[in-house]
Amino acid sequence: MFEIIQNVKNLSIGFRSKKGEEILILKNISTNIKKGETVGIVGESGSGKSTLALAMMGYVKHGLYTIGGKCEFNSSNLLTMNSRELEKIRGRKIAMIPQNAGQALTPNLKIGYQIDEALQLHSNLNKQQRDEKISELLNKVRLPSPDTIALRYPHELSGGQQQRVAVAMALAGKPDLLLLDEPTTGLDVTTQAHVLELLKFIAKDTGTSMVYVSHDLGAIAQVSDRIIVMYSGEIVLEGPSRSILKKPIHPYTFGLLKSIPKLSLAGLPESMPGSQPQPGSISRGCSFYDRCNFSSDKCKNNSPDLEYLEDLKTSIKCFNYKNLMNDNEVNQNVKKINTNSQDKEILTLSEVSISYAKQKLLDQVFNKITDDNPTVKDININIKKGETIALVGESGSGKSTILKSIAGLLRTKDGIITFDQNRQLPSDLKLRNPNELRIIQLIFQNPDESLNPNHTVEEIISQPLKLYFGLKGEELKKNIIELLEKVRLGEFYMSRYPRQLSGGEKQRVAVARAFAAKPDIILCDEVTSALDVSVQAAVLNLLQQLKEDFGTTYIFVSHDLAVVRAISDRVAVLYQGRLCEVGPSKDVYQFPSHPYTEVLLGAVLEPDPDIKPKLVAEDIVEEKPPKKGCSFQGRCSRIVGDICKNEIPPWQLTTSGNSIRCHIPLKELQKAQII
Amino acid sequence: MKTNNITEEGKKSSFSKVLEVLKTMASKPSGFIGLSILVFHITLALISPYIAPYDYKAIDPAMMLSAPSSEFWFGTDDLGRDVFTRTILGGRTALTVTFFGSLIALLWGGLLGIFCGLVGGKIDDVVMRVVDAFLSIPWILAMLLIVSLLGTTTEVLIPALGFFYGKGIVRVARAATHDVIAKDFIVSARARGHSNFSIMWNEIIPNVRDAILVEGAMRWSWMLLGFSSLSFLGFGVSPPTPDWGLMISNGRGLMSFAYWSVIAPIVGLSSLIIGINLTADAFAKALGIDRATKAPV
Repeated sequence: MFEIIQNVKNLSIGFRSKKGEEILILKNISTNIKKGETVGIVGESGSGKSTLALAMMGYVKHGLYTIGGKCEFNSSNLLTMNSRELEKIRGRKIAMIPQNAGQALTPNLKIGYQIDEALQLHSNLNKQQRDEKISELLNKVRLPSPDTIALRYPHELSGGQQQRVAVAMALAGKPDLLLLDEPTTGLDVTTQAHVLELLKFIAKDTGTSMVYVSHDLGAIAQVSDRIIVMYSGEIVLEGPSRSILKKPIHPYTFGLLKSIPKLSLAGLPESMPGSQPQPGSISRGCSFYDRCNFSSDKCKNNSPDLEYLEDLKTSIKCFNYKNLMNDNEVNQNVKKINTNSQDKEILTLSEVSISYAKQKLLDQVFNKITDDNPTVKDININIKKGETIALVGESGSGKSTILKSIAGLLRTKDGIITFDQNRQLPSDLKLRNPNELRIIQLIFQNPDESLNPNHTVEEIISQPLKLYFGLKGEELKKNIIELLEKVRLGEFYMSRYPRQLSGGEKQRVAVARAFAAKPDIILCDEVTSALDVSVQAAVLNLLQQLKEDFGTTYIFVSHDLAVVRAISDRVAVLYQGRLCEVGPSKDVYQFPSHPYTEVLLGAVLEPDPDIKPKLVAEDIVEEKPPKKGCSFQGRCSRIVGDICKNEIPPWQLTTSGNSIRCHIPLKELQKAQII
Repeated sequence: MKTNNITEEGKKSSFSKVLEVLKTMASKPSGFIGLSILVFHITLALISPYIAPYDYKAIDPAMMLSAPSSEFWFGTDDLGRDVFTRTILGGRTALTVTFFGSLIALLWGGLLGIFCGLVGGKIDDVVMRVVDAFLSIPWILAMLLIVSLLGTTTEVLIPALGFFYGKGIVRVARAATHDVIAKDFIVSARARGHSNFSIMWNEIIPNVRDAILVEGAMRWSWMLLGFSSLSFLGFGVSPPTPDWGLMISNGRGLMSFAYWSVIAPIVGLSSLIIGINLTADAFAKALGIDRATKAPV
């Protein structure tokens, strides 16, 4: 049963720098994949995990080359094969499922045709057999009505469906080994849980070996039998997934697990200081030395070897792992967040509706928006001064749309946004005065996009200072340095360009820019989802610290319920642009809750193989909110009858101050959800 | 160690950046050849009045159409003028007119394109349809009309060529702006309440500058060809000013027995165009703009 199908021996891959130095991306990697097993490769961005996975199918990215070692698949070295020989293996023996299936599928060919192409290449079936096979494959990946799906184009499918098609295509050649490169990263929580469930089923059903590459320990925990932890191009820990996740004996894994926010724990997780060394940086010691809490003098000048521990079936690259073995479990210390929420309301949204509908000519003339079924409708939220309120929902739930409207980037159709109880904010940005613009600032998801690549950090932070306060010369410089210190970056960052900073540093610059305006409200749009876990915790801690220092109010948009749990005082759950549930975060995370909140909570992946996601509802995607009745009627598993289809549910208040918008009485809801 | 390196890179002056781009361009054979040809032509244009062996206007009926010799290296033309003298002088007007023409094209095309990309909506629609309409007019006919109405002086040729070759740049600049405009740093600047002008100047231009410069360099070579075509048709420079287009036009009837009077200007013109083209391509590659994927309209 456990015959080895892929054997990586002393593999080193690297590139030559402009100065002619050899820079290693992978350093002397040795591992293997056994038949029928699922191996998870985890690591932060830049750890070499994707390079390793690609090498396993004999592919080395342009610009990189193999320095030494080999990748043997069924005892033949893939890295020395010519393209003819590789052709026979790729797709047929080893298949790959890419991260973004939307980009991996050809946009102008029908799904059925694309799978047929794979079948023609990798099997000897005739036309009719192939057609049957296509339905069979689409059925296997649990796509509804395979025959109609086969006739669709990729853009007509949702992200989760596209990913399923990619899985079907990969399965077309009946591969022995399936490589998955972050296959669920761009998907919604519920879709992600469903796709992982499917992958697990396929692994079991077909006996295919899988290599699952991800930065997300939660996803890895769900699927893999064995985990390889990579850091800076090296394997630092390898072993059975349960023991690695429950009793991580490597300091890096230990810190990583500690920095992941958990649903069950409110408060901010500890962050890991520092960042991964750049490829090519020279150090004689352990690559994790700078960030390690368990290091000794020995670690500074000596690099540990990967050592195999027979009793744990684990390989580890650390001198001091014994210090960690005594700790029974990862005791996560969370820093409770201090609520400095005051009773005074700072921002009120009343009856806000937002529409993306194209204006008709007549409406354009009268400058009106008419749309009886707007994307966002009936939003009533009172935001108190100094609190952190989170807007939660899947993609398309309208959370970012609401943020844009608050910032004035998107006109509202109806409703009023009031600042400080009495000042109504114009819905159009151009009508707001400089002070009204200053009080609301934005931080974006991806700092690569939100910082101008051609500006230095100094120029970036000086923009709001010049615009709102007219600062110049020495004073401007002094302020910039002050802000940089506030976000824990030094003065010497001033002359750097964004491309010279790491992801976390870039996001700090973006935070500094937002705070430069001395705003009252900061809108955070998925600010941590583009960051590595260890960095995420640090940014969350920084945001919390700044909030306590300045008394700022945060409106925090995220799809990650665990992150929201860590930082927010109150949570508003949105589905299809309609509010489902609003309340203090400790109550929202408890039952009874709105059926949609239940679905979201059930789908969260924890980095613990014992906590399985509960898949309550189907992961179908609805294009438009329903015209009448409850917004969640299409996917609700607790639907009670026609009342859900015809009437908008009433707000029900729980004893703890949580409002739930559902037709089911709270008591019944609670009863049903506990079971 | 690492920190210092990065800080130094951050502080690099714009001069050293230009030097670095030039170095990268010259590191590939095609870029090196292109740059060398371009530098050669520019140097020649600068020094040719001082090194020309004869007077370009001097007519000598006795020496009419004499073959290349040690006295007249490239032979003489139908009026007995020295072809070598006229060839090395012949690029001067073309280079000057088209260089300034390209600058004008770059300026108005680039700015209008960025503006349209930024404001979008109705203004963009209207302006782009006008540009489309102009693009559909064969430029040579329009140029002939302008030149015959206003004369063939440089003061007319430079703006006229600049106008006609700028239309294409509008599209490229607009497309480049569209790539940038969706980025969050523009949204961020908008949300802060910066004016359109400030967004254009601070946020967009630094990001589209490279693409527009490369496009301008390409337009330069096309404009050279266009200018020479005008001269060839007799609407460019007036005789007896030496000009390649004019020389080719004069000599083409005599090609069968006096090939030398056309070969030299042809080589001059085509080498310059090839040189500019190769340079523009190397320039694009050095800046990281792939012209193969971002084909100009």
